[in-house]
Amino acid sequence: MDLNQRFEAYIASDQKIEAKDWMPEAYRKTLIRQISQHAHSEIIGMQPEGNWITRAPSLKRKSILLAKVQDEAGHGLYLYSAAETLGVSRDEMLDALHTGKAKYSSIFNYPTLTWADMGAIGWLVDGAAIMNQVPLCKCSYGPYARAMVRVCKEESFHQRQGFQIMLNLSNGTPEQKEMAQDALNRWWWPSLMMFGPNDATSKHSEQNMRWKIKRFSNDELRQRFVDMTVPQAELLGLTVPDPDLKWNEATGHYEFGPIDWSEFEQVVAGNGPCNRERIETRVTAHENGAWVRDAAAAYAAKSAERASSQTTAA
Amino acid sequence: MSAPNTEWPLWEVFVRSRQGLSHKHVGSLHAADATMAISNARDVYTRRQEGTSIWVVKAEDITASTPSEKDVLFDPANDKVYRHPTFYDLPDEVKNM
Amino acid sequence: MADQEHEWILRLGDDALVLAQRLSEWCSHGPALEEDIALSNIALDLLGQARALLTLAGQREGRGRDEDALAYFRTDREFRNALLVELPNGHFGDTIVRQMLFDQFAVLRYEALASQLVDLELSAIATKALKEVRYHAAHSARWVVRLGDGTEESHRRVQESLNVLWPYTAELFEDDTVSQACAEAGVLPLNASFQERWTEHVKGILNEATLACPESSALLTGGRSGRHTEHLSFMLAEMQVLQRTYPGAEW
Repeated sequence: MDLNQRFEAYIASDQKIEAKDWMPEAYRKTLIRQISQHAHSEIIGMQPEGNWITRAPSLKRKSILLAKVQDEAGHGLYLYSAAETLGVSRDEMLDALHTGKAKYSSIFNYPTLTWADMGAIGWLVDGAAIMNQVPLCKCSYGPYARAMVRVCKEESFHQRQGFQIMLNLSNGTPEQKEMAQDALNRWWWPSLMMFGPNDATSKHSEQNMRWKIKRFSNDELRQRFVDMTVPQAELLGLTVPDPDLKWNEATGHYEFGPIDWSEFEQVVAGNGPCNRERIETRVTAHENGAWVRDAAAAYAAKSAERASSQTTAA
Repeated sequence: MSAPNTEWPLWEVFVRSRQGLSHKHVGSLHAADATMAISNARDVYTRRQEGTSIWVVKAEDITASTPSEKDVLFDPANDKVYRHPTFYDLPDEVKNM
Repeated sequence: MADQEHEWILRLGDDALVLAQRLSEWCSHGPALEEDIALSNIALDLLGQARALLTLAGQREGRGRDEDALAYFRTDREFRNALLVELPNGHFGDTIVRQMLFDQFAVLRYEALASQLVDLELSAIATKALKEVRYHAAHSARWVVRLGDGTEESHRRVQESLNVLWPYTAELFEDDTVSQACAEAGVLPLNASFQERWTEHVKGILNEATLACPESSALLTGGRSGRHTEHLSFMLAEMQVLQRTYPGAEW
């Protein structure tokens, strides 16, 4: 057996690949791409929600939202950390993000226009993310799988608090109910797009499925999400903005209308409502922080030098 | 991109979550010095639970064993924990997420 | 005495609330991801303190106002925070110097509050808060040292931050009828009594940071009686917008 055959045997028997194990270069490349872009998504995702921290309508909601966004920063950190085990550095990954070479989940290029968006994001966007993420806990690459276990543990509170916001709003004043319906109208279709293009057109899927980086297909996950979420919308007394949505007794699934893939493509290509602002915020933070990072590094170097000269003097 | 010598080094984090358990590797982070590394590790990896013990070690200070030839996925690389970061040509994203 | 009681608790609560609000503005804008998390953590702690303190203040006031009624429906003329905490964040150096100056005071104040037995509810809040602010104080002190003794640029920047913020610190040690009543009740010593130790701790940090302690005797004050800077009403407009736009709604 050559190395590649051994590697494939490992994958086939559901063994984890660890950082220093031999791996095909393509496996390493695709993991770096996927993990770093997952990390970027968490970081960029802090912005649409972070937008409402200062305006949260109660101190309790403010605490919860701040904790949630902080969690997302933490998740980004776990994922950057997992990616670094593959030989790429944090700075390299950030550079790719800032120059537009790396992508992140397109959902975060949409604006958060009302408080109800906080509910919709927790309920729908985190709901979709959880669907994608739970299978990744069993992904073949050890550091990624372990990071995902940690992420998933923390994620369930995110979806619950989002749903709770929607529940409060739906049972609140007429303006609040309208706010909730409006948020659902704007976030439904982008959430379905989070699962990626239809299986037939998805470029990386087949290879990633073979290597057990991807465990279920885009369409499978999307269908699961719809089946799970539509009853929740009914519970909220809200209407899913899809005139073609209907329960199919024979298949046991919901049928839903066509997704506007041209919108998806526009957003992925950088022409969504907030693409420019999302990146600009990160670039500005990074540039404004350069003097701080440099100072900390300089101080650390000085301290180390003082410590060693004290040792030699003694 | 910041000049390479001002990137904060990578630290590996080990946490003992409860009395009686050993320290477990939980992940890594970047920090300029050891104090910052501990402080950041506390914020990120322990959410400030009382009585938790944290160890931080610079990744470059860890020596890793080289897998033996008998190991299934033998790759006689160096004795560092990870491959060295090189300026790696990240593949452009095409269509899916 | 009873009608002064909620006043001194409000001061504590407003300090925490306003500073928490300012720190939460850093979300997604920090100089490094790890530091974003650190600042959010501090903001969360302060917010928790604010909630406990405002809730208690509302109870003691006896007019049925809870934490949200106090946070969302008072005008800036009714807020009782020190001016220092309402100032805009500026750059990271401004924020961390402000934090250090405040943290050193908060530690002393909570230490005193935690050790008194006159108001047990307040001492319970202070005991928990003390653990948190000690951590905050260590964090901000270390950063002031890193920036003061880092590069020429960082040194210059934080020296400037310190020069600008210093005149706001005298207010922390001012006394009036409210703080006197508080001292007479045995809950907190006079604010002036904290000044010596605060100055000693701060000077120690500045020394290690190679920063010059400003000489200014300027006194920028008024927060404790509701006379704030122009910044506070902008901050409150943002913070309070939803509650004021949809009165009576539950969130």
